[in-house]
Amino acid sequence: MTTKYAETEQRQAAVKHVGRPVDRVDGRAKTTGEARYAAEHRHPGMAHAALVHATVARGRIESLDTEAARAVPGVIEVLTHENAPPMKPAPKRSLLNLSSLASGTTVSYLGTDEVHWNGQPVAVVVAETPEAARHAATLVRVTYRELPAVVDFAAEEPNAVQQKGSMIQPAGGDKGDAAVALAAAPVSVDLRFTTPPHHHNAIEPHATVAVWDGDHLTVHESTQHIAWLRRHLALRFGIPERAIRVLSPYVGGGFGGKYAVWAGTLLAVLAARATARPVRLALTREAVHRTVGARTPTVQRVALGADAGGDLTALIHTSVAMTSRIGGMPEGVVSPSRHLYDAATIHLRQRLVRLDLLANTSMRAPGDSVGSFALESAMDELACELGMDPVELRMRNEPARNPMDGKPFSHRMLREAYEVGAERFGWRERDPGAGSMRDGRWLVGMGVATAYHPSMVMPAAVTVRMDAGGEVVVRCALQEIGVGAATVQAQIAADELGVPLEAVRVEIGDSELPEGPGAGGSAQTASGAEGVLAACRKLKESALALARRSPDSPLRGRRLDDLEARDGGLHHGGDGETYAAILARAGRDHLEAGGRTGMLKFLARALNDRRRWVKAACGAHFCEVRVDQDTGEVRVSRWLGVFDIGRVINAKTAAAQLRGGIVMGIGMALSEASQVDPRTGRIMNPSLAEYHVPVHADVPPIDVQWLDVPDPTMPLGLLGIGEVGITGVAAAVANAVRHATGKRVADLPITLDKLL
Amino acid sequence: MRVNGAVESLDVQPWVSLLDALRDRLGVTGPKKGCDQGACGACTVLADGVRINACLALAVQYDGREITTVEGLASGEELHPLQAAFIRHDGLQCGYCTPGQLCSAVAMLAEHRAGMPSAVTERSGELTEAEIRERMSGNLCRCGAYNGIVDAIRDVAAQEAR
Amino acid sequence: MKPFAYVKPADVAGAVRAVSGEPGAKFLGGGTNLVDLMREGVERPDTVVDVTGLPLDTIDELPGGGLRIGALVRNGTLTADERVRARYPVLSQALLAGASAQLRNMATVGGNLLQRTRCPYFYDHAAACNKREPGGGCDALGGLNRSHAVLGVSGSCIAAHPSDMCVALAALDAVIEVESVRGTRRIPMTGFHRLPGDTPEIETELAPDELVTAVELPSAPFAARSRYRKVRDRASYAFALVSVAAALEVRDGAVTAVRLALGGVGAKPWRAHEAERILLGGPAGEESFTRAAEAELAGADVRPGNAFKVHLARATVVATLRELNTGEGTA
Ligand SMILES: Cc1cc2nc3c(=O)[nH]c(=O)nc-3n(C[C@H](O)[C@H](O)[C@H](O)COP(=O)(O)OP(=O)(O)OC[C@H]3O[C@@H](n4cnc5c(N)ncnc54)[C@H](O)[C@@H]3O)c2cc1C
Ligand code: SF4
Ligand code: FES
Ligand code: FES
Repeated sequence: MTTKYAETEQRQAAVKHVGRPVDRVDGRAKTTGEARYAAEHRHPGMAHAALVHATVARGRIESLDTEAARAVPGVIEVLTHENAPPMKPAPKRSLLNLSSLASGTTVSYLGTDEVHWNGQPVAVVVAETPEAARHAATLVRVTYRELPAVVDFAAEEPNAVQQKGSMIQPAGGDKGDAAVALAAAPVSVDLRFTTPPHHHNAIEPHATVAVWDGDHLTVHESTQHIAWLRRHLALRFGIPERAIRVLSPYVGGGFGGKYAVWAGTLLAVLAARATARPVRLALTREAVHRTVGARTPTVQRVALGADAGGDLTALIHTSVAMTSRIGGMPEGVVSPSRHLYDAATIHLRQRLVRLDLLANTSMRAPGDSVGSFALESAMDELACELGMDPVELRMRNEPARNPMDGKPFSHRMLREAYEVGAERFGWRERDPGAGSMRDGRWLVGMGVATAYHPSMVMPAAVTVRMDAGGEVVVRCALQEIGVGAATVQAQIAADELGVPLEAVRVEIGDSELPEGPGAGGSAQTASGAEGVLAACRKLKESALALARRSPDSPLRGRRLDDLEARDGGLHHGGDGETYAAILARAGRDHLEAGGRTGMLKFLARALNDRRRWVKAACGAHFCEVRVDQDTGEVRVSRWLGVFDIGRVINAKTAAAQLRGGIVMGIGMALSEASQVDPRTGRIMNPSLAEYHVPVHADVPPIDVQWLDVPDPTMPLGLLGIGEVGITGVAAAVANAVRHATGKRVADLPITLDKLL
Repeated sequence: MRVNGAVESLDVQPWVSLLDALRDRLGVTGPKKGCDQGACGACTVLADGVRINACLALAVQYDGREITTVEGLASGEELHPLQAAFIRHDGLQCGYCTPGQLCSAVAMLAEHRAGMPSAVTERSGELTEAEIRERMSGNLCRCGAYNGIVDAIRDVAAQEAR
Repeated sequence: MKPFAYVKPADVAGAVRAVSGEPGAKFLGGGTNLVDLMREGVERPDTVVDVTGLPLDTIDELPGGGLRIGALVRNGTLTADERVRARYPVLSQALLAGASAQLRNMATVGGNLLQRTRCPYFYDHAAACNKREPGGGCDALGGLNRSHAVLGVSGSCIAAHPSDMCVALAALDAVIEVESVRGTRRIPMTGFHRLPGDTPEIETELAPDELVTAVELPSAPFAARSRYRKVRDRASYAFALVSVAAALEVRDGAVTAVRLALGGVGAKPWRAHEAERILLGGPAGEESFTRAAEAELAGADVRPGNAFKVHLARATVVATLRELNTGEGTA
């Protein structure tokens, strides 16, 4: 792989747009209201749907009374398991068919009288107006025969079972005997951490507009994975993929919550089929909480042993997380402990409880965000125990190779990140004594923690078309969830082809386009980049081939590798030709190139890559908090994150992603929790008023820096930035609170009652 | 009702919110629905220049009023200074909260000029960063574009002061 | 939201007539609470009487230095009124600590007085709630009750009153002026809200057909030195866990006037009479502040989720009084 990207450095010479803080290409559409999101598409005759949610955690529907609902003027249909058309069951999960992972749950909505979680949709009302649908939904009367349900995560902890590992995600591991080493360690800490369920709460609630035209289906959807969604709909509705068009040009935030396919989408399509009308189902905020899975809660133990000098002799990290009886993704909670420290012995285990709750799903940095909270808090506590600076402790234990298996890191500049960060943040001014720094009524604390998130690349099919006028169109069904998907790929294509940025248009968000990767796993930009680079190269090859056919071309006899793409053409020193000239001479009005990687080839390559390297983005968080001496209110007053994220394509959008991760991490640290009533399994704060995401006033100026050294094994050297920002954040806050108050809060969120 | 300067006459049931009247009936989809509960600010519009949450307003209550949405901020092709500043400072990511942030910011600057206090107002009356953050706290941004939004507003406030 | 008729009378007489003998009629102010609850199906009026067209939106001087605030003055307008800011800073601060600028621009004084609890079980039809469906039970008692009240609660309901404004009004001895077809009457703020007892669905002394027309603030020179301190789970745009409205006058080290009310902890806006009694005439200082706070909270009835509120309330009372006493810690 190294050779594949070896030209990265050479290419640097021609770089004009990559790395620059280019404005978003869709900035105008988004700031003027022109950008249309899923629920904003109207079709003639469109009806509106609303969900009725189960009010018990487990049971069977005994009776359904839809009469009052049907009597509401404007109601077209009330669909229940008694009258809904059938849907095919969810496909079995398989790594060879990644899109089989697309189903949020295994439930056959409205295909069964079984209730599997408190909130499951049990009926769908379709009406002429959204108001009528919503009102009628409140009038559907359902009675249940309740069955015993297991919904209390905390109470189930003793019943957790060993998590099974997979090729992609081992569930445990041992290096030496950590228990023995811990017992023998002169200095040690042993802590128990808990984290609550978190909900993505993208500001745009999930929405679907489904339109059937015979056996052809068009779906406007807010999704992070167009390809999965299309394949999944094909499976569930028994129609060929090519009969389905998914349109998703703008997604109002995802964070993992729009990666899988949830009930609302399927039921909108089902309702449209049943009523032979275009149907819009825009979830209420409550319905988002009730039907879209959340991040698993966790209980974790981290025990660390060290010698008097601070060298780790033992690292134990175990976890309990949940899945549901109806699906859910086992999280790699202890994952950070595989990579962060050079401990002499390591013991890792993940266990799971299975609950009668809505299936959990991935949310920004699954595993790593919660796992890093525990590990990085424990490291801080160990530093306190040792009387050692927490940065120094980390640097002492910074591994040269991956601790579990000795594989090389493709690239790791954590040391540099801490050095730059400590200097820039003024870490030296920190008085290490707990409670030693004050500002009026505020106790001031400073904390650090490490950020770490694995990098990967998914297959992306991309085509590039250039017309005689010099206009370039890059096509790939990427999703724009806020990362600047079109903007960064335009920058890459402009540089690769040597054309002005304005000449490049990137088409995304439509399943008619070549298949893209999902917007997840921090992989979309790198995956897209790989596809764009390959397609651009092919396009240049075609241009060169055309040119070489003509005896007049100055490019005759040249090889592509000797040429530089710039000024709208291919050049060798002073010699060269514009694409326009090449096309004109050949009498062609355009050139087009592209391709895709097959799944098997991709998997083979990915596994080979995994065998050779450990690759990840990483970074160092520095934060300052203020804690009110009387009330325990915590405010984050300063933040610096220094990241090793390889090459940065767009300084603006990259900073935004990193800051966004930190903001979400601040929410995780201080205020976010889905509150599940342990008696009923019902989420009791399914609203933005009571699920507290950070507001403007919670967020200080966030300084983000990056080292900007390309990773030699990744396309363009970029490592992916969507998730690394949130990892370590909660720990950095907890560590700063520990410094300010002397109190170690090991249970998220750090609400003031824990500091009184 | 006047919407962005154009007279719109609309016959809606009393249970239709101003937000749904705009989005579903008039096709004015700039104002967004994030919660329908007054808890996110995505639906912020201006009613006679005053910022409100259109999701908790009944359309019938706003009979005869002048409603401005994000679509009405630019004059023709020329963006409102705040729109341009949002783009320049990257005060947006997914864009879903953006129309609400923009309308809110426009009114917020006017409120500040008019001497409206906030929970953090010091007597000096200066529009500090803390002021902007407190005054904009009714607009959630889950993407976390807060820093860019504050920078954009400061930039425009400074331009106005000049 | 269930279908309803909408009327918008132009005068008070028309408004009170519209609800007279109509048990299914409800007044609509800014709608920020009523529309939300109607959408949730908690409130189900047949007729909505929009009062925002009534000429009750002025703030007028009362003889003797008090203020009369029309029931339709928007919360935002009230925060900005220079007279309020100078004479009753606690009221301006309380309003500014609540909700968001957008909501304050919509919300009216009358609506704020009558806003209903944010108890999550009250909002959720799947739950038992005596306030929503009298006699149905209360799921908050043995459930998630971190946000609930500890003072004035009953075995039927432990919901906290959510308003910030009302806490300041309770401290200021405001008087509520109401009107119905039967005429006008005045209800002291401290007696306006009711404790839940066995009838948590009845929240105020206001009859269903009575319109709030104004709030009167009596002259209180010492209130120029008053403060509202709100403690919550995020820095803004969240309801109070605990809040304190306080006014304090100290001469030669002794308390010569004091007003204290608590929010977030009470089943109604909680005037701290007991604490005031202990403070008045005594020395101003950490010890007496603590003693007063503890006395007021002695009767707290806590559950596992909200026991912390007692400590938090004590700490917040002491901090707020300290700040008023010494002028410290305003940052
Ligand atoms: C997301 C969110 C956050 C909030 N945060 C806070 C907060 O932090 N602190 C806080 O204090 N509040 C908060 N609020 C509540 C807000 O302050 C109230 O909703 C508002 O004050 C209600 O006023 P309104 O005019 O909109 O009332 P409406 O919703 O119009 O009416 C509320 C009730 O009052 C009745 N009513 C209205 N006017 C009259 C009248 N003149 N006479 C008799 N009855 C009348 C109505 O019939 C109805 O029962 C928040 C609200 C939301 C949605
Ligand atoms: S506390 Fe009151 S409002 Fe809440 S559930 Fe119980 S009775 Fe209902
Ligand atoms: S949609 Fe109106 S505040 Fe959220
Ligand atoms: S830009 Fe996505 S919510 Fe603000």
